Amino acid sequence: MNSWHWKPWKAMASLLLAVVGISAIVGWMNVRGEDPINENHVSEKPLEQVVSRGAYLSRAGNCAACHTARGGVAFAGGRAIETPFGIVYSSNLTPDPETGIGRWNQAHFWRAMHHGRSRDGRLLYPAFPYPDYTHITREDSDALYAFLRSLPPVSKANLTHDLRFPYNSQVSLAVWRALFFSPASFEEDASRSTEWNRGAYLVRGLGHCQACHAPRNIFGATTEAANLSGGLIPMQNWYAPSLRSKVEAGVQDWSAEETISLLRDGRTSHATAMGPMADVVYGSTQYLSETDLRAMATFLRDLPREEPQKPRPEFVPVGVRTLGARIYKAQCAECHGEEGEGGGNLYLSLAGQRTVTMQSSANLVKIIINGGFAPTTAGNPRPFGMPPFGQNLSNAEIAAVASFVRSAWGNNAGPVSELDVFKVR
Amino acid sequence: MKLFLSSWPRWAASLLLAGLCQWAMAAPPDSMAQRMKACVACHGQEGRSTNHGYFPRIAGKPAGYLYNQLINFREGRRQNATMTYLVSHMSDQYLMDIANYFASLDLAYPPPQTTDAPAAVLRRGEQLIRYGDASKGVPACSSCHGAAMTGVKPAMPGLLGLPRDYILGQFGAWRNGVRRATAPDCMGEIARRLAPEDVTIIATWLSSQPVMQRVAPEGSLPTRPVVDCGSGFK
Repeated sequence: MNSWHWKPWKAMASLLLAVVGISAIVGWMNVRGEDPINENHVSEKPLEQVVSRGAYLSRAGNCAACHTARGGVAFAGGRAIETPFGIVYSSNLTPDPETGIGRWNQAHFWRAMHHGRSRDGRLLYPAFPYPDYTHITREDSDALYAFLRSLPPVSKANLTHDLRFPYNSQVSLAVWRALFFSPASFEEDASRSTEWNRGAYLVRGLGHCQACHAPRNIFGATTEAANLSGGLIPMQNWYAPSLRSKVEAGVQDWSAEETISLLRDGRTSHATAMGPMADVVYGSTQYLSETDLRAMATFLRDLPREEPQKPRPEFVPVGVRTLGARIYKAQCAECHGEEGEGGGNLYLSLAGQRTVTMQSSANLVKIIINGGFAPTTAGNPRPFGMPPFGQNLSNAEIAAVASFVRSAWGNNAGPVSELDVFKVR
Repeated sequence: MKLFLSSWPRWAASLLLAGLCQWAMAAPPDSMAQRMKACVACHGQEGRSTNHGYFPRIAGKPAGYLYNQLINFREGRRQNATMTYLVSHMSDQYLMDIANYFASLDLAYPPPQTTDAPAAVLRRGEQLIRYGDASKGVPACSSCHGAAMTGVKPAMPGLLGLPRDYILGQFGAWRNGVRRATAPDCMGEIARRLAPEDVTIIATWLSSQPVMQRVAPEGSLPTRPVVDCGSGFK
């Protein structure tokens, strides 16, 4: 009889024990593998070539793209990165002691890159792509650190992230990390060439291609290393196409030269980097060495193929198709050709164009709405551009012309609805 | 055979013509004008916006002014999502090429947009344009934008032929700090000094002026800047 009274306490006690136990495990998982840090360690003055190597690596990681506010000093942070969980502000990476990384040593920097923890021990939000950067070597991390330390210090206080509950708490971030992040090192595959391995290292690590070109779960985590099977970029609503699929952005059937050309020049004779990929080419890949680009091409061309789903033949209503054809003739044909054959080597052919025919119509719609230019690069210094038709065409008209180009000239992709346009506008 | 021989010049000519058509259709010219077709959807044929709507005319503006604005869009000192998107991965050099292209166009203007402005408004407008408002520390517009208000090289914009809504929009953006120029931002300062009703009067006056003859920007500023300016003079 007596024990009846004690039962709730027992339950409470076991619950408490479980909470303590789980907390301990989560806590341990968040710091596992970390080496102790000598807080007073002062790095020696790095060699000139280490600094310039770091500068090059910062291009490979496109660090400045996020760590620079629009119009602000490079690497001084303050850019808002919108996520489904709220806004994360990038931090000041210049060596200012108060507001930047002036008090960080190499080991602090390595802990951020490899373990995703800040100098003060705070867990970092994975908007900073440390689930990818964790693969880089200590040597590369030290070179990046040396480069950042060589920048002029800028006093610019970091902004407080604007995340919703519960995402704004370190506890939920710790749970997220326990579930979805483990520090990892890049393991060379001895059965592959040095070139392939270098490419894999760049794509998986600093290139953080996975951050966009992979599906994310509802907690915003990409799950499998080097999945690269495509994903909708949260908030931006651009679709980063699959690099495994020949009907999306796979380059398995491209030559190495074409692949290099897309990354270096921002265009090939049948593809152009647009939207977020134009940012990547503009800020990062155009600066990479021929050797590194070739290595990335070798790795990407060797990615496992993903078999495309059989397209479901879908009917585009006659009225929609007629409207689409009329808009195409009036607005698009002058550059892309009456039959979607393209305009010489200046404007892409739309017949058989993967951006037009891939299952997700998001990018096609985005490009019709926003227009856009290919990025300026040494190989394409004065790119051609497309007008932003979002100013003059309604959602229904954009849906119609998109449906038309997806179903004309041998293209066989499903129609685009007004709702599809509304969703990405 | 004889028939074939006698008709061969015509035959060849039609072949040539077909070939030319094919070539013309297949290959748009590799020119700056062709590249800038992306801009004319909003800014009008060759960058000369009509006198309806909001989009500003860009044809014939001083190259330095256009270049500064393109940079300002890229760097977030001016806010227009479409413009920022279009120029965000463009090098300084290409932005300069674009500025030079539109600056080189010397094209006729449409008739003025505002046609029914009351005489009192036009008088006050003219007063502000020519003499400013000393009581508020507002200099004459013409002291920087040129006696004819058609701009001054290298970087001071002409203000005639702009839609009234566009001018009002810019004053609003300056007052709110949404449109900025390289510091010191003289137009921001002037816009904040002006009374709101005077802003409306200026926009009305500017959009009611016909532009009859050539409106090339003047060669140099008539006087030294009356306010400290970070752009517009270089």
